[in-house]
Amino acid sequence: MQPENGREMTTTDPIQATGSTSDAAPERSAPIDHSVPGAGFVTTSLTTARRSILQFFRTPQLLMMGTIQGALFLFMFRYVFGGAIRSGGALSYVDFLVPGFLVTVILWSGMGAAAGVAEDSSSGVYDRLRSLPIPRVAVMVGRSLADITLVAWGMLVTGALGFLLGFRTHGRISSVLLGFVLMLIAGYAFTWVFITIGLISGNAQAAQGMSMLVVPFSFISSANVPIKSMPGWMQPFAANQPISVIINAVRSLMQGGTHVVGIGHTTAYWVVLSLVWSAGITLVFSALTTLRFSRSK
Amino acid sequence: MSPIIEAKGLTKHYGEVHALDGLDLTAESGRVTALLGPNGAGKTTFISAVATLLKPTAGSLHVAGIDAATHPEQVRRVIGLAGQSASVEPAMTGRENLQMVARLFGLDKRSSRRAADEVLERLGLAEAGDRLVRTYSGGMRRRLDLGASLVGRPRLLLLDEPTTGLDPRSRLELWDAIRSLVSDGTDVLLTTQYLEEADQLARDIVIVDHGKVIAAGTPDELKSHGGQDVIEVRPRASADLDATAEVLTQVAAEPPRIDLDTQRVSAPIEGGAEQLSTVVRLLDDRHIAVDDVGLRRPTLDEVFLALTGQPIDATPDPAPSADAA
Ligand SMILES: Nc1ncnc2c1ncn2[C@@H]1O[C@H](COP(=O)(O)OP(=O)(O)OP(=O)(O)O)[C@@H](O)[C@H]1O
Ligand SMILES: [Mg+2]
Repeated sequence: MQPENGREMTTTDPIQATGSTSDAAPERSAPIDHSVPGAGFVTTSLTTARRSILQFFRTPQLLMMGTIQGALFLFMFRYVFGGAIRSGGALSYVDFLVPGFLVTVILWSGMGAAAGVAEDSSSGVYDRLRSLPIPRVAVMVGRSLADITLVAWGMLVTGALGFLLGFRTHGRISSVLLGFVLMLIAGYAFTWVFITIGLISGNAQAAQGMSMLVVPFSFISSANVPIKSMPGWMQPFAANQPISVIINAVRSLMQGGTHVVGIGHTTAYWVVLSLVWSAGITLVFSALTTLRFSRSK
Repeated sequence: MSPIIEAKGLTKHYGEVHALDGLDLTAESGRVTALLGPNGAGKTTFISAVATLLKPTAGSLHVAGIDAATHPEQVRRVIGLAGQSASVEPAMTGRENLQMVARLFGLDKRSSRRAADEVLERLGLAEAGDRLVRTYSGGMRRRLDLGASLVGRPRLLLLDEPTTGLDPRSRLELWDAIRSLVSDGTDVLLTTQYLEEADQLARDIVIVDHGKVIAAGTPDELKSHGGQDVIEVRPRASADLDATAEVLTQVAAEPPRIDLDTQRVSAPIEGGAEQLSTVVRLLDDRHIAVDDVGLRRPTLDEVFLALTGQPIDATPDPAPSADAA
């Protein structure tokens, strides 16, 4: 076939299509007549997750930006606003602030996730992945696994910074650990929100813009100031939105109960409510993501 | 043997835009088929349909005998896609990129490593294999992207404008790489905006515009339909443009075109080299000094003009194309 185009490979020696590879390639010139097997669910998820994680850790701008931004905010709240803010309960401000701040890491690193997803869908990366013989859902699961890894990294860095600024836990070790686990569970739920934002926004800039939605959720919450200090009309939203619920749970777990933190109900109440929110968010947004990504339009 | 791609009346509408408008195409196995067309012709849309990235509005599409509408997941076992923009990961090395895609094609770790090494070697990227793709030139990225589409040894490669944005040397290298694939028995469907590229690589050329096939055949067949070789003269003085055109009229098959921007007169001719010397002699007789005179292949624009009677961009606006006809 193709007599007019004799091969003139100059770059390398022509490598074999004739055996020696594992997939029993046919004789040269015979059409390749096997179909490729394709990767399974787990391989696909892990392989694509690895890509997104490497992308983050090997891009100094991404790595530094998140860290510096977190440090800056933490520093400002601790020292600039901290003096004027009363934590409400029995806690010093830094002990009040850091657990809430850790939870909002979920939101801030989510902005980057949304931009990354949008970038992949506009740059053709997802076109290639969607053309491969792999379960498409697994690509999204891979993305969520990568994102939760980055959230965990962000929490680690923020936690360490908080410790340097004087943050200490007062709850039992087991409760503190439970607090971290809860943050990861909630963080995982929110990765789906940001993947959805990334998929529908079309490009990275729009994704950044849409993720500005995190600002009200981050600030109109119990993260930085007690909700009682907000105007009355704002309090119902501030007290009941999921980020506040999660913060209440985490703060109570880490600092020794709701009475220490200065909120109502029991720690168990806030933990269960957080889990319910997380399950709901995961369900809704993973379904949206899957629909959006798997469907051929 | 059944054709590798068979599209019948393939249609894709985005609201008012008819990206594909009843496209009929048969690509035989064992050869390169080139889809040639101007911007917005529907090339990427067609490639995307074959790659099962989108659902056609109407029509049928079979890839390697598999119905793409009912069994897209089987089609994906047959194809490898290199889209219009390179989709390799800049923060990974060339080798890591290829290994990743090889894994996704279903190879185990060891085979993936071997397949990646082979592809790097074949595409002349062995030296750069362990560098981050971020440090690659555009041409190297393109080649790596091609490599990623073939590292799983799919039967059909879909290459969307594989050489766009490459310098002439990188383009030649990529052409060589594509040729060597074909000699290994891989089928290729590629899109291009350049007649020369289609001519160099493809056995069959399909010219598309506004989502329809307007001509198809071997390069020679197409050229005999339309674009003959073109003689092009650039007189030294712009005052001589008209006189030059008169000279060309004597030998050309069609009235010459005068391009004031580039100060060139061109006309399609039959007979090639002999006519060229005639033109040179005639110009000399009339003492017209020239900076440049030569014979070249017709551009897509000219083939298009010959086939449709209108230049590429003067066709009526595609958006509200009347569907009634
Ligand atoms: N998702 C979409 N929504 C709306 N219109 C679209 C969409 N995708 C493509 N089109 C339109 O369909 C037509 C064909 O587009 P396509 O990308 O297939 O062209 P092309 O031949 O690949 O062009 P180019 O050479 O510029 O890559 C264009 O008019 C384009 O604007
Ligand atoms: Mg295109």
